[in-house]
Amino acid sequence: MSKMMALVMVVAFMGATVTGCKNKPKDADLKTAVETAIQANPKLSASGVTVEKGVATLSGQVPDEATKEELGKAAAAVPGVTSVVNNLTIAITNVEIAADSPLAIAVKDATKDFPTVTATVADGVVTLKGELQKANLQKLMMALNALKPKKVDNQLVIK
Amino acid sequence: MALQEKYKELIDAATAAGVNELNVREQDGVLYIDGATSGAVKQQLWDTYERLDPNYASGDVVMNINSVAGVVEGSKLKVTTNSSNLNIRKGPSTNDDIVGKAARHEVVTLVGKENDQWWLIKTDQGEQGYSFTQYLTPVE
Repeated sequence: MSKMMALVMVVAFMGATVTGCKNKPKDADLKTAVETAIQANPKLSASGVTVEKGVATLSGQVPDEATKEELGKAAAAVPGVTSVVNNLTIAITNVEIAADSPLAIAVKDATKDFPTVTATVADGVVTLKGELQKANLQKLMMALNALKPKKVDNQLVIK
Repeated sequence: MALQEKYKELIDAATAAGVNELNVREQDGVLYIDGATSGAVKQQLWDTYERLDPNYASGDVVMNINSVAGVVEGSKLKVTTNSSNLNIRKGPSTNDDIVGKAARHEVVTLVGKENDQWWLIKTDQGEQGYSFTQYLTPVE
């Protein structure tokens, strides 16, 4: 790189920095300010903040949608932040994990051929609602009993 | 012990029929009956259970009688769906893609057992994949 070229670049860089200082706060300062604003919330875990040209991007995990919105607003309220990209994710709750359990999946498979039956699983108990022809009841019960449930709570209306 | 009294006839029938590895125990208001036997005995026990507890409305029994433990690879299985065709899937769950179908009452061949719920089967047309055992009945 020629000396001339280097000089031009240094001048250009300084010019940009000076202009940046005049018009708006530095991204690094904004980052600190946004971090301070959102980390006050105890519900936030594993957070990350990046700021580029005044645009703050939030990452991390929160327990619910309300907290996500709240933190987005807190970041947007920091003077100098032009906009917020809210990439916070909502942690999966226990309820959803239970629905994915092997028993729930097996019950779904077992009741598939009986569209008038609705089956739910909670704490190992399979609850059946809806209606069913009597001729099909035994077959369904055989299949469900083989899945090792805690119990089968049959609330079906038998036709 | 109250449940063992209520279902005494069922337990006696299972004992008399010589159900293998018969295991009867009561816990938190539910009577658990496990064992392995033939399809005919399983049917008889379920009919007895249904008579003692019409429509299985009490929810106080979990009876897991396995009648397919003795079914070996190469056995013929009849498709006993309610009305529809039987789905044959790429893997052992309904999340896996359907790779073929077997018609109701079609006879297929057992290739292997993934678990008690899913078996690998093959149709006479050469389609192979996993199907739900609930809809497969051994041809005896």
